[in-house]
Amino acid sequence: MNRHEIWVAFTTILVKEIRRFMRIWPQTLVPPVITVTLYFIIFGNLIGSRIGEMDGYSYMEFVVPGLIMMGVITNSYSNVVSSFFGAKFQHSIEELIVSPVPNWVILAGFVIGGVTRGLAVGLIVTLMSLFFTKLHINNVPLTILVALLTSILFSIAGLINAVFANNFDDISIIPTFVLTPLIYLGGVFYSVSLLPEFWAGVSKINPVLYMVNAFRYGVLGISDISVGFALAMVAGFIVVAFSYALHLLNTGTRIRS
Amino acid sequence: MSSIPALRIENLRKVYDNGFAALKGIDLEVQQGDFFALLGPNGAGKSTTIGIICSLVQKTEGTVKVFDYDIDTDFPMAKKQLGVVPQEFNFNHFENVIDIVVTQAGYYGLPRELARQRAEKYLRLLDIWDKAHGPSRALSGGMKRRLMIARALVHEPRLLILDEPTAGVDIELRRSMWEFLQEVNAAGTTIILTTHYLEEAESLCRNIAIIDEGNIIQNSSMRDLLRQSNLESFVLDVQENLPAQLVLDGFSPVRIDDHSLEVSVERGRMNDLFVALNALNIHVISMRNKTNRLEQLFVSMLEDNDRKLAAERAKSGASA
Repeated sequence: MNRHEIWVAFTTILVKEIRRFMRIWPQTLVPPVITVTLYFIIFGNLIGSRIGEMDGYSYMEFVVPGLIMMGVITNSYSNVVSSFFGAKFQHSIEELIVSPVPNWVILAGFVIGGVTRGLAVGLIVTLMSLFFTKLHINNVPLTILVALLTSILFSIAGLINAVFANNFDDISIIPTFVLTPLIYLGGVFYSVSLLPEFWAGVSKINPVLYMVNAFRYGVLGISDISVGFALAMVAGFIVVAFSYALHLLNTGTRIRS
Repeated sequence: MSSIPALRIENLRKVYDNGFAALKGIDLEVQQGDFFALLGPNGAGKSTTIGIICSLVQKTEGTVKVFDYDIDTDFPMAKKQLGVVPQEFNFNHFENVIDIVVTQAGYYGLPRELARQRAEKYLRLLDIWDKAHGPSRALSGGMKRRLMIARALVHEPRLLILDEPTAGVDIELRRSMWEFLQEVNAAGTTIILTTHYLEEAESLCRNIAIIDEGNIIQNSSMRDLLRQSNLESFVLDVQENLPAQLVLDGFSPVRIDDHSLEVSVERGRMNDLFVALNALNIHVISMRNKTNRLEQLFVSMLEDNDRKLAAERAKSGASA
């Protein structure tokens, strides 16, 4: 395929992915907004007002970047895992396999589809947060970059999960038993400086901690960890995850018999 | 016509992870412009062969070339030549009909406007344009089959592979699909057809391969194959009441009821049959083939192959 044909194929996959999550918007865009709004009301307003300041900011201001990242991570992941597994389940993935589209374009199409939904939810959550607090973004390019890289990483992770999934249970196990604990223990609701030294050290093996803190630095200008290190780490994870996902597609793992 | 075949398969083997050898080293060539039948009983290896050609199944060994493009080394060009209509419905049932066809065109790099024009053209030709903007899940079984044909044709492939395209389709629709496929073939598209309706293969295809237990046991022109059939069975409806014990000189008729009988006739002896019936003052009102010739040959070839394989197994068992 020449460059133009590859571009057409990529945009076709992307448009199909966007059309899919827009068609079922009550299932894809509304629930995260409701969930995060509840977090704003309960943790931010009701409980947060009793917590006081955290790292020099009101608890509501502190928790907003974490909640935005939570929306980005879970929606990027769940978009790709459900879309790719759905295509496998209905065998419509065969439409792509019989076509001349290179595997890296298939991967890029699904991943950017996941990124689109992740960032769309992130934007909606950000707009919702304006009803609860004033939001002054410290570093706009860094904030966007961190959200983008995080979304790419979790979209790829969703695709890897979908490749190995044999049934619908398999696409909910990782989000429930791995992703949710990592997010909740990744500094969304608290600063790791509050933890005893041992548990603060343990927290640093959680990759989500670096993403949440880098994003919080972009928004508020505060972070528990080095932002440069966080960005390098996320970029490194993306390279490894993309290579592995491409290897799975090239070898036809769990797709071709 | 160019000497490059539309499809060339050499020593194709497939052994699944459970050890089952679905293909045992088949060779096959389909010429450009052909309407080719690939027949075989269930589990013979037809769908595995098609799956390998279109990359849905990984081969264990062998080479496959589509218009001389190797599916391993030249896969984008090989795939561009191919259109596939699979046995099972494999589209997203939540998408609209036209979106399914336009999206498929996009996977082949067709710009959106051209894709929409082609989608309309083929959906109209296949008589489902009125359903184009509705959900695909609302289509009947026959319409879903036609949707998959439109989807396979939207990038105008040079080789169209149809894996049981008329399964579960009523006879009227089946015949209209045959006409459509004959037009597609006449316009220059090579077609490979697998089907369990042998009448369909006999009336559409010029060349044929029969595959059984992972081996090709017959590969010839349809005409040459049908010439091998020396015996045909007919059902005759007669005017007079047939006697309880019907004896026809040189034939072994089977009385079905008072006014019909079944009789097998060797090639060139049809007149002898009528003479024998005339001698008994029996007049034939109508006659028809009991089964078509290809079906008789197909069944006898599979039985011969079963006997051959059983003998080989017995021989290898005895020598062990």
